[in-house]
Amino acid sequence: MRLDIKKTYKLYIGGKFPRSESGHTFELASAKGEFVANVVLASRKDARDAVVAARAAQPGWESATAYNRGQILYRIAEMLEGRREQFVDEIRELTGSTEKAANQEVDAAIDSWVWHAGWSDKVDSVAGSMNPVAGPYFNISTNQPTGVVAAFAPQQSSLVGLVNTIAPIIVTGNTVVVVASELLPLSAITLTEVLATSDLPGGVVNVLTGKESDMAPWLASHQDVNAVDLEGTSDPVDLEIRAADTLKRVVRPGTFSRSAAKGSLQQILAFMEVKTVWHPKGH
Amino acid sequence: MPKIEPEAMVGAKITNLSLRRWLHSLPGVDKVGLEARAASLGTRSIKTTSKAWALDAAIKMMDLTTLEGMDTPDRVRSLCLKAMTPDPTDPDCPSPAAICVYGDMVQVAKQALGKSGIYVAAVATAFPSGRASVAVKLQDTKDAVKAGADEIDMVIDRGAFLSGNYLEVYKQIQAVKNACVRSDGTTAHLKVILETGELQTYDNIRRASYLAMLAGGDFIKTSTGKVTVNATIPITLLMLQAVRDWYDQTGVLIGIKPAGGIRTAKDAIKYLVVVKEVAGEQWLTPDLFRFGASSLLNDVLMQRQKLKTGNYSGPDYVTVD
Repeated sequence: MRLDIKKTYKLYIGGKFPRSESGHTFELASAKGEFVANVVLASRKDARDAVVAARAAQPGWESATAYNRGQILYRIAEMLEGRREQFVDEIRELTGSTEKAANQEVDAAIDSWVWHAGWSDKVDSVAGSMNPVAGPYFNISTNQPTGVVAAFAPQQSSLVGLVNTIAPIIVTGNTVVVVASELLPLSAITLTEVLATSDLPGGVVNVLTGKESDMAPWLASHQDVNAVDLEGTSDPVDLEIRAADTLKRVVRPGTFSRSAAKGSLQQILAFMEVKTVWHPKGH
Repeated sequence: MPKIEPEAMVGAKITNLSLRRWLHSLPGVDKVGLEARAASLGTRSIKTTSKAWALDAAIKMMDLTTLEGMDTPDRVRSLCLKAMTPDPTDPDCPSPAAICVYGDMVQVAKQALGKSGIYVAAVATAFPSGRASVAVKLQDTKDAVKAGADEIDMVIDRGAFLSGNYLEVYKQIQAVKNACVRSDGTTAHLKVILETGELQTYDNIRRASYLAMLAGGDFIKTSTGKVTVNATIPITLLMLQAVRDWYDQTGVLIGIKPAGGIRTAKDAIKYLVVVKEVAGEQWLTPDLFRFGASSLLNDVLMQRQKLKTGNYSGPDYVTVD
């Protein structure tokens, strides 16, 4: 008889899989209340390290062509498809849902990656504009990524909510530090293994597991974070006040639905800044 | 301060043979022990008020450096301005000890720094390789001193050292030391760069440290910052042992300057711990300990801001240099 090899669940920061700086973990229970795994309890210092990694990766990811970013997002969908069974098993173990429901969730997550991948080279055609001005100028507005985003995935969703949080942020060239659902983190950790093998540069997506309340205040007040997605947070008002000190973009909880196989253009644009250029055109 | 009598130290007339005997009679370095001690000191946790003190101390002990082929007068001026006002949001922020530049930028730096009390250090003697005739090296030094350099960072002739020609290294350091004398009789401070990354062994680093101290260097400095291996904690620890033992033996205080590769406040604090534990608190002053660094300052400033405001800071809140 052989022994099962138990998996060690770790963080995903800068393309690597570190343990927490603090060494703390918490016990994760299944839907039936049984012990599943020890999951890393990330500390504020892990969040700080993740922001450093996200900042370092941001200029390179932004300067990749939209076409290339789209290809990488599509690649993530491909890799996710290949590990479907693992995701289904993990979702069922933690939520107790039926095989059909779990499969539907994985389907939706894969389709969402593809839906977002398609937007990478189309956002600007749809949301940018050529503005009429009184003078001999081209006046062009384009959308630029905001920069480093701290996001809190919805608490009640294993996978599709997480994907619908990450994809709209990174598709345009932002990088993200995402805090996974506290009670349903397995899909997030398995997703990092997908991301690590999808040509996605290290640091574009950084995933932390643990208590949202341990990290949220630090990320909301962090001066090197440009936007926060407060979806999965428990005290969004306090966080919005902290975020206001550094003029961060804020997405409040419940602003966007995150359960469908497609997202919304508005959510993609929530993490972009409009840049307008005047260019002389002669007569 | 007592003067060193080189011949009394070596116990013979200074020749290559007597230097070799003396240097090779130094005890060998315990590599495993050295690295283990360095690693264990690096795990010390420095928090709250100690951390605040250490961050300010790190700034005060910094030689803010720009040594690039692309240095322009304006770049040097902006670095000088940064040294005078490191954190525009906090007037209490201390200034670095010195600005470190190439010899031809000394005048620009001197002018920009005015009466701020920040020193100007110049690298000389065909920095970083040291591959030039002695005449050129000495002229290089004299030019920098004449332009107003307060401190001279010289490199030793590693080729001569590695081929066993200790006398040549010794003589060159002495000659440069003489070239540091200004027309009014005062002397520019001499830092001797050993370029530890090229000396191959810990034993060689110990020997080079003693040779530089014997020849009259005021500071011994680890590296130029231009080779693959720059300052490391074990190397700095080893050199700290050398200056401590030298002080016990002769009563002469020699300074230490690790340079190259120290980029984070966390690293800097580790160095300060090592200085305190190995050499003693006496060395925790800009007169006897310096960091040679460029990007370190911004990281220390961000950590200072974090301590002050409670929020993590970012590169947008420090100046780009």
